[in-house]
Amino acid sequence: MRLSELGKGHDAVVARVEAAHPDDAVARRLNELGFVAGEPVRVVAIGPIGRDPMLVQIGFTRFALRRPEAARVVLVEGTPA
Amino acid sequence: MNAAAPALHIALVGNPNCGKTALFNRLTGGRAKVANYAGVTVERKEGRLLTPAGRAARVLDLPGAYSLDATSPDEMITRDICAGRHADEAAPDLIVCVLDATNLRLHLRFVLELKRLGRPMVVALNMMDVARKRGIDIDVDALQAALDLPIVTTVAVKQGGAADLLAQLDVQVAQPSAAPDPTVDLHAQVRSLLAAAVKMPRATSIIDDGIDAVVLHRVGGLAILAAVMFLIFQAVFSWAAPLQDAVAATVAICGDWVGGLLTSMPLLQSLVTHGIFAGLGTVLEFLPQILVLFLFILLLEESGYLPRAAFLLDTLMFRVGLTGRAFIPLLSSFACAIPGIMATRSIADPRDRLTTILVAPLMTCSARLPVYTLLIAAFIPRHDVLGVFNLQGVVLFVLYFAGIASALVVAWVIKRLRRDRSEHTLLMELPSYRVPDPRSILLGLWERALIFLHRVGGILLSLTVLLWFLSSFPAPPPDASLPPIDYSLAGQIGRWMDPVFAPIGFNWQICVALIPGLAAREVAVSSLATVYALSATSEEAAAAALGTAIAAQWSLATALSLLAWYVFAPQCMSTLAVIRRETNSWRNVWIAAGYLFALAYLASLLVYQLTVALT
Repeated sequence: MRLSELGKGHDAVVARVEAAHPDDAVARRLNELGFVAGEPVRVVAIGPIGRDPMLVQIGFTRFALRRPEAARVVLVEGTPA
Repeated sequence: MNAAAPALHIALVGNPNCGKTALFNRLTGGRAKVANYAGVTVERKEGRLLTPAGRAARVLDLPGAYSLDATSPDEMITRDICAGRHADEAAPDLIVCVLDATNLRLHLRFVLELKRLGRPMVVALNMMDVARKRGIDIDVDALQAALDLPIVTTVAVKQGGAADLLAQLDVQVAQPSAAPDPTVDLHAQVRSLLAAAVKMPRATSIIDDGIDAVVLHRVGGLAILAAVMFLIFQAVFSWAAPLQDAVAATVAICGDWVGGLLTSMPLLQSLVTHGIFAGLGTVLEFLPQILVLFLFILLLEESGYLPRAAFLLDTLMFRVGLTGRAFIPLLSSFACAIPGIMATRSIADPRDRLTTILVAPLMTCSARLPVYTLLIAAFIPRHDVLGVFNLQGVVLFVLYFAGIASALVVAWVIKRLRRDRSEHTLLMELPSYRVPDPRSILLGLWERALIFLHRVGGILLSLTVLLWFLSSFPAPPPDASLPPIDYSLAGQIGRWMDPVFAPIGFNWQICVALIPGLAAREVAVSSLATVYALSATSEEAAAAALGTAIAAQWSLATALSLLAWYVFAPQCMSTLAVIRRETNSWRNVWIAAGYLFALAYLASLLVYQLTVALT
């Protein structure tokens, strides 16, 4: 399951970030912002138009991600969705 | 005392939203030298301070960065200067890394990354007051020992809140002896630091969660955003009115007084009263509106609401080829496109930034208001529409809306024309809500006022004088039957332009007023006033208000056509100059000016011919 598929108010744990292409600066940046294995995430809010972007809590910080960005974050399977 | 020692060179570094700029203002008293780094549009801000021991120091406020693996020009500057690799900037003697004490999971990673550079460094644990209020317990001694870096605590928004940092500047900070092992996982290190030294009662602030639940709600959030926007425009147009009247009255009194001193020199008197003070008055009147708008923008920005607005509108703006982040620059452009275009620096994607810059002049800036107000008052009756609205207000709203709608269309066209279809990223942090710091707000307003007055002082004044000169010389022949302006240079230029503008209904007087109006839109009104005053055949006609004069002489079609012209026309040299500076390219200036003139001409042509056909 990927972060882009997580519903509003749901928690999960990050498994890894997948690069969408070689030299993917977005994937590297997600890593630096704290999207690393074992880190809990939570979808705090969803944008009102077209259900995009999503507001994600990671660590003590909230980031707004568009769906293609969130799709790079792979979640640990079996976490209560 | 060590006054003879060379000035200490300090660089403030930190993640975005760490309170670095407030700390910079606290350290330097807000007095900063602002410029750009060579070759890039990244703001360079430097201030000075004296340490408690009396040593002078230069403080450089580096752009906020999440990482030394730079993804924007801002971050590249920060990376290069911290590493001592920048071509023009010397490596700082001391790096002060500013952290938000409530956001350590993110900010500590950057400290560890900076530490790897092996340069003298001090950590400023900022916003300690907020951290205490939220019950966050930070064992500073344990953190200091684990990090092996000196740590001071600061509260940038409080008087004396940077005292510990200032005292620390007098302590010699040793270059770290051994560079840390670059293979260690920084995230794992942050986790162990947090486990050893920080107790968080909960990951987020209860207040933030509460506000966000309302403000980001799918329906409620958009309703609140609409209400906020409505409040802002209401304030700009009604609250600023008494202040504007006061400014206008003051300028008029000064003009009469100075004019009275010059009665022995009629020519100079005419220049001073009709040229300089008339021009100054029409323009200074807009200062209150601009300041009220910026007061709101600064309040929203400081409080942390603007990124929420960007979040709510991102998809809408993304679909037309913009980004949620463009909301802030475009909102500023309602006051004036210049600060708006400068604010596009916060947009990381160069394509999104360019699109925002190109459409920013379509937002109805306050300089268009004098033109709109004059024409609407003269030509549109105060009919009630649907019992609640006034027709004049409706027309004004339509003009604003036409600007916004055309900006969306233009952005969409730019998106379709662009060959590079690779991903546009958002990745935007929504910071904690904060009570705005009155000091920062006042400093921000002061900066805006200075920029505006600078503009008035330079361009507008010299143009008003130039137009007075063109309209007064050469003097008419002794047997002249027409008003003097018909014989002047301005009259000749106006007649020469007339064939081009006749299809859109502009007479030669409008053409003349358009020339100085090229420098700044608001000048067009004072130019029209000058032209009509000087072209009057009788003293009574000259004294009549401009509104009355044009209501008698123009057709409705001409008035509507001029309104449509002003929705689009790029009549602002300063905006074009700022586009040149911010994009470093003349090509973009030509594109902006070209498409805006084309739209203006087409819109006016359509409006004029339709109105003529229908009336």
